[in-house]
Parts: sequence; C-alpha cells; structure tokens
Amino acid sequence: MKEPFEAIVSRHGATVLRVCRAVVGVVDADDAWSETFLSALEAYPRLPEDANVEAWLVTIAHRKAIDITRRSARRPVPIAEPAAQRAQTLDHHRDIDLARSLAALPDKQRFAVVYHHIAGLPYADIAEIIGGTADAARRAAADGIANLRKGLVR
Amino acid sequence: MIRSAEPTQSEMAELRARLTAEADDAGLLDVAYRTLDTPVGELLLAATPAGLVRVAYDIEGRDAVLIALAAKVSPRILSAPGRLDDTARQLDEYFAGRRQQFDLPLDLSLSAGFRRIVLTYLPTIEYGHTASYQAVAAGVHNPKAVRAVGTACATNPLPIVIPCHRVIRTDGALGAYLGGPDTKRRLLDLEAAA
Repeated sequence: MKEPFEAIVSRHGATVLRVCRAVVGVVDADDAWSETFLSALEAYPRLPEDANVEAWLVTIAHRKAIDITRRSARRPVPIAEPAAQRAQTLDHHRDIDLARSLAALPDKQRFAVVYHHIAGLPYADIAEIIGGTADAARRAAADGIANLRKGLVR
Repeated sequence: MIRSAEPTQSEMAELRARLTAEADDAGLLDVAYRTLDTPVGELLLAATPAGLVRVAYDIEGRDAVLIALAAKVSPRILSAPGRLDDTARQLDEYFAGRRQQFDLPLDLSLSAGFRRIVLTYLPTIEYGHTASYQAVAAGVHNPKAVRAVGTACATNPLPIVIPCHRVIRTDGALGAYLGGPDTKRRLLDLEAAA
C-alpha cells in the first residue's frame, strides 16, 4: 500500500529542510527543499513500495543541493547576512556558528556529517549518495565532526 | 544528532503551500483534498483535475480514504484547500438550506458499470423528494436489480452531492446509509424543511 504523498511531506518535510539548511545554507534551503519535493512528487508513483523513503528524499536533495551550489557559485551571496538578521537568541547565534562551520567544511565531510547526524542515514546509504565506500563515509563524518569541534571551540 | 536552524511550523506551512502551488502548475497534483466541518460531521473532499472524485464521512476514516485514493487514483495526493473552495461553498449553502442542486464537475472514475449508471440517475430524484430502491431499478431499466441499486448507493463515492440519501425502502423505512442512518434522516429532514 502506497501512502498519499501528503503523509510523506508530513513525516519527512522538517528533516529534509534541516538537511537542506545544513548543506546549502539558510538562504538557498527553501529552493532546495521545494525542488526536492517537487521532483519527489513527480517520481513517487514509480518508487518501489519497500524503498527507504528518507534515503530516497536525501538522495534527491543531495542532487538539488549540488545544482544550487553550482548556480550560487555564479552569483555569490553572503550566507551569513540574512541568517544574522534572524538571530535573536543565543541559541540562534550558536546555530549560525554551526552553519558557518558546516559551510566551511570540505564538501564530502559536510555531506557525510549532515546525512548521518541530521538525516540519520547509515553510512552504507550515505556511500551510495556521495560515492565511495561506507568506511570512507564514516571517516569523512568523523573528520567533519572533529573539524566542527575545532571551529566551534575556537 | 546535531541541531541546525530548527524549522518552525510557520516556515513548514509556507513551504508546503509553495509545493502545492508548484505541483498544481506542473500538472502533478493528481488528487487535491481538504476537510469541511458540517452539521453531519467533518467531511473529506477530494478532487482530480477532472472534478470532485470523493466525499467521505468521518466514520470512513480519513487515512483509510486517502490510502484508497492513492491506490485507485494516484498517490500524488496533497492537501490543497484552494482547489476545493467551490465545492466547500456549495456544500455550506446546501446545509444552510440555500442550495438544492450542486453545480460541480464530477469525476466518477471510482465507479463503473451498473453502479455508475445508478449514480448518474440519482440526481433526477429532486431535492426534498425520495424514491424507492425499486423505483430507481425501474428508472435505470433494470427492474430486477433492486439489490444492485442498494450496493450502488452503499458504495457511492460522492454522497450528498450525488443524492443516494433520497433512496429509501418501498415500505417507507430509511434503509442503510454509508454515513449512518441518523445522517440520512438529517439530510432528508433538512431538505423537507427548506
């Protein structure tokens, strides 16, 4: 039995937005989210019923994130500005520090950290999304976390 | 788990509204739905691009109805109240006693064969009137198919809009109704009073 797509959006929408924010930044995250779910809606009737929906959505989001990063590279936008305007609490400042540190990570480390620690995917799934082996994905995530710690403590 | 710019409810609502609009523009919104509060409980309304495809009573279970729509019509289903504004308005008018006929495009694809013939016939029973199952069977030129008329009414995907509540037993008893016998009584009383 295939669920109505509305149930997929309800269950995974917030997680995918967290992933998009962490991968492309708050400014581009809304576009990444919208493009991800529109593509997913189009493909949904063909998705096998036993598929891991979250891994499928993150795979689509990953491709959209790469597209958007390429587009943004041609029209540079400072990531921190609008995020700084939203900042009202200490918690938000910490979010912004984290967002900055994430943005500064090498792509592979950022993807591995976000897909494991925010999306909750196992490293085998992450390896399929970003290429390489599960062990390499695990190492990239560990290196990424170590780099984030250094960045946040500094 | 690490936290990162936690999405708020209003941010999610905005994104979902944008998705619905973009899906509609792209021709990907195969089934739009919303709920409507009425004197006979909360109704689920669902429409395809062809027209209204389903009206469901609360007791049928919203999730069960949507899952059945996903299987029979398309899983590309989103909550999209805008596409059902006109339907909701006409139902509000009906329950206020200000509307006797519905003027809506209907999608009868959930019903086939004899059942569909019966559903197409039912709107000829006028507002405020009733007909027996036997009379409806005769009306569709199949006078022996009284039970099949009952089945067609019981499986009507568009209750209220297609007035199966106006079909009662020959002895005057109300007979069964997919929204429950009380609901059938209520609709007939509403029409008798208006």
